[in-house]
Amino acid sequence: METALLVKELRSEFAGPFELNLGTGACVAITGPSGSGKSLFLRMIADLDPNQGRVWLHGIERASLPAPDWRKRAAYVSAESGWWADTVIEHFAVNSRSEVAALAARLGLHADLLDASIVRLSTGEKQRLSLVRALLPSPPVLLLDEPTGPLDEESVVRVEALLRERMATGTSILLVTHDPN
Amino acid sequence: MNPILLTPLDISIAASLIILDAVLSIWLRLRLHRQIAIAAARMVVQLVAIGYVLRFIFSLNNPAATLLLILVMVLVAAREVAARPERRFKRHSNLVIGFVSVGFATFITSILALTTAIRPQPWFDPHYAIPLAGIILGNVLNSASLALDSFLGSVRRERHAIEARLSLGESYREAIAPLVREAIRRGLLPIINQMSAAGIVTLPGIMTGQILAGLDPLEAVKYQILLMFLLSGGSGLSALAASYLAAWRLTDERQRLRLDRLH
Repeated sequence: METALLVKELRSEFAGPFELNLGTGACVAITGPSGSGKSLFLRMIADLDPNQGRVWLHGIERASLPAPDWRKRAAYVSAESGWWADTVIEHFAVNSRSEVAALAARLGLHADLLDASIVRLSTGEKQRLSLVRALLPSPPVLLLDEPTGPLDEESVVRVEALLRERMATGTSILLVTHDPN
Repeated sequence: MNPILLTPLDISIAASLIILDAVLSIWLRLRLHRQIAIAAARMVVQLVAIGYVLRFIFSLNNPAATLLLILVMVLVAAREVAARPERRFKRHSNLVIGFVSVGFATFITSILALTTAIRPQPWFDPHYAIPLAGIILGNVLNSASLALDSFLGSVRRERHAIEARLSLGESYREAIAPLVREAIRRGLLPIINQMSAAGIVTLPGIMTGQILAGLDPLEAVKYQILLMFLLSGGSGLSALAASYLAAWRLTDERQRLRLDRLH
């Protein structure tokens, strides 16, 4: 399998060094006790926390790209989703409503939800919407922190199906989970 | 008309109102009574001291001495700006941000006023330069500290939103823009309130002072109008500088949100 994400000697003052070789279309799950630096590892790959070490994506070194460009390619989805506008749809690019609605429907979210106010959403709805937000531009690597943590069983199945589909088209996934499955 | 001079007894009667504030703080559990007492004591000591210092500097009539005094005032204002926010930077960044934002706004607005509007001879005459810088300083201190407090408070509250935007590939500048806007807005609110209320709800301090000292009300009003314009410009500049400096200090060359630089 061709290497998508290659991580060498990635460390910070709190964790590491980490090594990783993630193949194209592969999925690696990281488990371990809380506070062991799992989330930090994902954040360091996305370059959201200070770190040393080298990371490549399909042969392109992270340091050679401006940070925003890198983060578009290695999309990190936090366990706690973040929202900055009043309604759901404002968090997506203009004119993307139909794509958003289609992807949201795959995760069991009704189209009405797109005009809902963020404060009225449940944690599970927010989590799935933040996944939709990250999946929409089809990044080659997904860094998912507890993607199914707050979800019910049915939603978990839907999320997994969607992620499998993405893997089949070459998306690589690195995820952190408490769930042994 | 000569000013009516105050006796120490007149002042002590007014001081009892500070005790009212302290009682209020204890009763409502605002946890401000210590701060109120310390602030009141500081105010008295500082004002008496500055009275003597001003007498001395006016008698020197030396531009270097004037500049030095204003710099000291800016430094003290910077400390106030630095100390006010609940969230602070590690090390000295708060102080540097306070000093640069307050100093920059104060110098630009006072020099503008002294060289173009008031035009004393010479323009750095301490009788004009020091009180003017002092008034502007008091105001820009207020707006810089409000802006800094707003920014540092919201940046932690909005951490997940900011990082979500960064994760989606937005630049730090885009991700932080709403917070900077809100911080500048907060810094400008007091001067907007002051201008809207001036003359109706309040008789502004300088005008009142000049009227009490015997100046014709319309002449006093002209000074006050000039001053309000200066203060609004100074508030805008200092709020802008404080917010942008804080925003800049909270990121690095990889456009991360560096909350680890806050306590």
